[in-house]
Amino acid sequence: MSDSEFKPVLLGRVGRPNSQSLESYKADGGYKALAKALSMANTDVIETVKASGLRGRGGAGFPTGLKWTFLPKDINGPVYLCINGDESEPGTFNNRVLIEEDPHQVLEGIVISSYATRTTTAYFYLRYEYGRCYRVLKAAIDEMYANNLLGKNILGSNYSLDIHLHRGACAYICGEETGLIESLEGKRAWPRIKPPFPAIEGAFRRPTVVNNVETMACIPHIIERGPEWFMTMGIPKDPNNPRDAGSYGPKLYCISGHVNKPGLVELPMGITARELIDKHAGGVWKGRKAKAVVPGGISMGFMSEKELDTPLDFAGPGRVGCLGLGTAAVIVIDDHTSMVDVLYNACRFFAHESCGQCTPCREGTAWSTKILERIREGRGKLSDIDLLLEISSSIGTIPGSTICGLADGAAWPMKTAINKFRPEFEEYIKSGRKSESRQLAGAH
Amino acid sequence: MPKVIVNDIEVDADPKDNCILAARKAGVEIPHYCWHEALSVVASCRMCLVEVGEKKPDGTVVMGPKLVPGCQTPIKDGTVIKTDTQKVKTSQALTLELLLLNHPLDCSICDQAGECYLQDYTYKFGKAQSRLDEPKIQREDKYHIGEQIALFTDRCVMCTRCVRFTREVSGTAELQVVARGSHEEIDVFPETPCNNKLAGNVVDLCPVGALCSKDFLYKKRVWWLKSADSVCTGCSTGCSIHIDQNEDKVYRLRPRTNPLAQGHFMCDEGRFGFKYISDERRLTKPRVSESIALSKKSNGSKAGGLGDLNFSDPWSDVLEVTRTKIKEAIKTDARGFVGVLSPFMTIEEAYLLASYLKQLDSRVRLVLGPVPMVGTDDMYPKGPKGEAPEAGKVKFTIRAEKCPNRLGVEAVLRHFEGQVISVAQVAAKADATSWYFVGGYQHGWVDESIDRGVGKPSLLIVQDLFPSPLSDRADIVLPSGSFAERDGTYVNHSGLAQTANAAVRSPADTRSDGRILMELTERKGLYNAMAIRKEIGGVIRSLAALGVGDLGENGVKLNASNREPVFS
Repeated sequence: MSDSEFKPVLLGRVGRPNSQSLESYKADGGYKALAKALSMANTDVIETVKASGLRGRGGAGFPTGLKWTFLPKDINGPVYLCINGDESEPGTFNNRVLIEEDPHQVLEGIVISSYATRTTTAYFYLRYEYGRCYRVLKAAIDEMYANNLLGKNILGSNYSLDIHLHRGACAYICGEETGLIESLEGKRAWPRIKPPFPAIEGAFRRPTVVNNVETMACIPHIIERGPEWFMTMGIPKDPNNPRDAGSYGPKLYCISGHVNKPGLVELPMGITARELIDKHAGGVWKGRKAKAVVPGGISMGFMSEKELDTPLDFAGPGRVGCLGLGTAAVIVIDDHTSMVDVLYNACRFFAHESCGQCTPCREGTAWSTKILERIREGRGKLSDIDLLLEISSSIGTIPGSTICGLADGAAWPMKTAINKFRPEFEEYIKSGRKSESRQLAGAH
Repeated sequence: MPKVIVNDIEVDADPKDNCILAARKAGVEIPHYCWHEALSVVASCRMCLVEVGEKKPDGTVVMGPKLVPGCQTPIKDGTVIKTDTQKVKTSQALTLELLLLNHPLDCSICDQAGECYLQDYTYKFGKAQSRLDEPKIQREDKYHIGEQIALFTDRCVMCTRCVRFTREVSGTAELQVVARGSHEEIDVFPETPCNNKLAGNVVDLCPVGALCSKDFLYKKRVWWLKSADSVCTGCSTGCSIHIDQNEDKVYRLRPRTNPLAQGHFMCDEGRFGFKYISDERRLTKPRVSESIALSKKSNGSKAGGLGDLNFSDPWSDVLEVTRTKIKEAIKTDARGFVGVLSPFMTIEEAYLLASYLKQLDSRVRLVLGPVPMVGTDDMYPKGPKGEAPEAGKVKFTIRAEKCPNRLGVEAVLRHFEGQVISVAQVAAKADATSWYFVGGYQHGWVDESIDRGVGKPSLLIVQDLFPSPLSDRADIVLPSGSFAERDGTYVNHSGLAQTANAAVRSPADTRSDGRILMELTERKGLYNAMAIRKEIGGVIRSLAALGVGDLGENGVKLNASNREPVFS
């Protein structure tokens, strides 16, 4: 399927009048997938999702169906489904659009997924800043209760489900699944040590599945149109790499930064960054050239201009030294921007958001920010560059020095910026000049 | 037993061990801050990162790709732990450098210096130079954090041991982490300081100088302190402790880990309750009444007037007089002679006195001194409303019975007297003519009923720490030693016999009870608790377990060894 033939799936109803209402969702064929799913055995629903090759849209790209099968087979007592709506990766805004414009699509996915995982209580964890999302979701959930789409015996079946809408309190770390669970339990959002993984012991010490909002939005379409349809989109598995799970289905790309037309576009997985910027975002602004592009939220690191032909699927960004596809939030940085300033901004974010549990992340992110602050004041030393590299290569779950991936997210922008733009850093330090961009307020 | 290979040393580990414990068995130290045996695992300091692999049956070793926290990683048969690789060393050095980034390096004025894990680990695993070229974050000290504890915020390494202690052991949850990232701090809610009865333990738990005891603050450099292993005598829990002293002054008590006794902690009542031993009101000189002194003088003693107390060694004459008086009294009315053994005495001391008196005349009565009880047993962790934990979930108990050795003294009494009679029973009958009281209590123990029951006997001997109505009118007063001056054995509430070692010499002209009784009872040689313990083991069946002499650091369970319900 080429891009020109592609009709938006997840964003299909965006822009329709009153698209948030149950009435309009039903008029467009909504909740048919739910009725179909409820007529199937729950294991068949899992098999269907597994067969579709759907991978989690939250950042890590873990196969959704497989995640569901990790729940213990014989469960006594409750299982929980947590929906991760704590969308706080810089540059990412796809969940917001999905929830604000078409909440019932997401909620239908949640009910189907809850049925598949035998969940009777689902928690929707929404970041606090999304006030409109909260109001829209609340209204939608109320409508569902009123129309037998939630509560006891949904659509006349034996299946019952409650959804609780929970607002966070403005912390990036709550997007980490175990941090989210801790926060949901009313505790400080310090990610848990694993094992046990949430599928064995999660929220309230019960087996728990944590899924992203966009993943949920895909579920009704997979049930309705079948896994084969889903697999017609995207990049198939690499036959030479048995560990590659492929990148199937539609994906929402959030484009921001120095482009003429920032926004959200839905495309099949695997479009190249260059095509995305030129075709769908109106190119780099002011007739300039791109210097660096973030493939999927700032924690994934930077691609240089030369690497823009990398396909933005789950495997692509990794091949050019980035951490992964992440949330597919593409941030374009033009050639007038100093990478020192960009990196400083990224480091400042992670120093601010580090939960402070693990020493390497707590101190490493703050230290690197201080170093970059000093460089920007014109007092840098050439040895700082190697020090930043040393910090970035020793924090995170990949070397094994932290509990969660926040530190990896902090390390990758440092690593990729310095490795790919080292001459610029050296020139900046040697010149001893001060940054021209405004000094950002202290993080605290 | 799973076999674990630590840096090429093969050891037998416990299946429940983590890598830190397994490595310890091989004599390899894995540095750690946040992990503590008695608290939950958070694996957040990342100091204990090691390389872990597996030795396959065919002998090949496959190492994992990442560093893993030793505290969180369980072991199994064939686990290979490496702590000396370059990867591990680099990680340890960097973690220490990061921990010291915002640390004020004020060791010269820090109480913890000398027993600080930041110092020790930096010396062993860290590097001498920091690469920080920016100002450090400065934080306010928090003296308001508790009545007994002060927080030097900028020395904190955020291991959260203290926070977990108040949540998991005391259950009071006063301490918490506030703010985020490198700005986070330990704090309390406004006006809810950490004043629970176990609060002092957070000072011991703190691996660095962040939480300090206000009581000990700036009193003594820890390297001047000498430590003796002893037992807390505050209640019948019998916490194993270290008594830290310098020049015969006790500066602090610290809990000594003993899984058979209390575990890892001790209560503040015991920890800070030792001050009475240096109270100026203590009896300091042996004294005899004027009438005895005069009678002795008329007998032509070589020494001068006893009433004036002008002796080169006041004790030898006093003890001689005491001995004579006891023998006289027993000859006159053996049944009327009552020896009162205090539950603060060690088994050895009780045995010395009891065996002596009974050997003089078996009709002499031996009774148990008052057993102080305060309230009810106080169990932790507390629930959210301060309620006691369910049975089986108790992690620490402060007992209502405020003495260390009721069971031990009772065992001695049962052997010599056949039963345990309380002093109150005899006092009520008022048929005693001579009394030998042994005290040693922390607080006034002579209540009105005893006072009245004793009345004005023909002979009253009091061996005690503090003046009381009895000592005021006693014929002979023998100033005895506090718990810090005693050698001997205590039996706690559960029948665990533990040895206490004297930490300090007795002040002024006082003597520890053992030394007094050794000489009084005409035994040869110096008081040696272990020798007497061995003797007791042969004589008293219910205390046969003491026959080994050396009870080890943790002590010996008496009930387990003789399976007789000697202890009620």
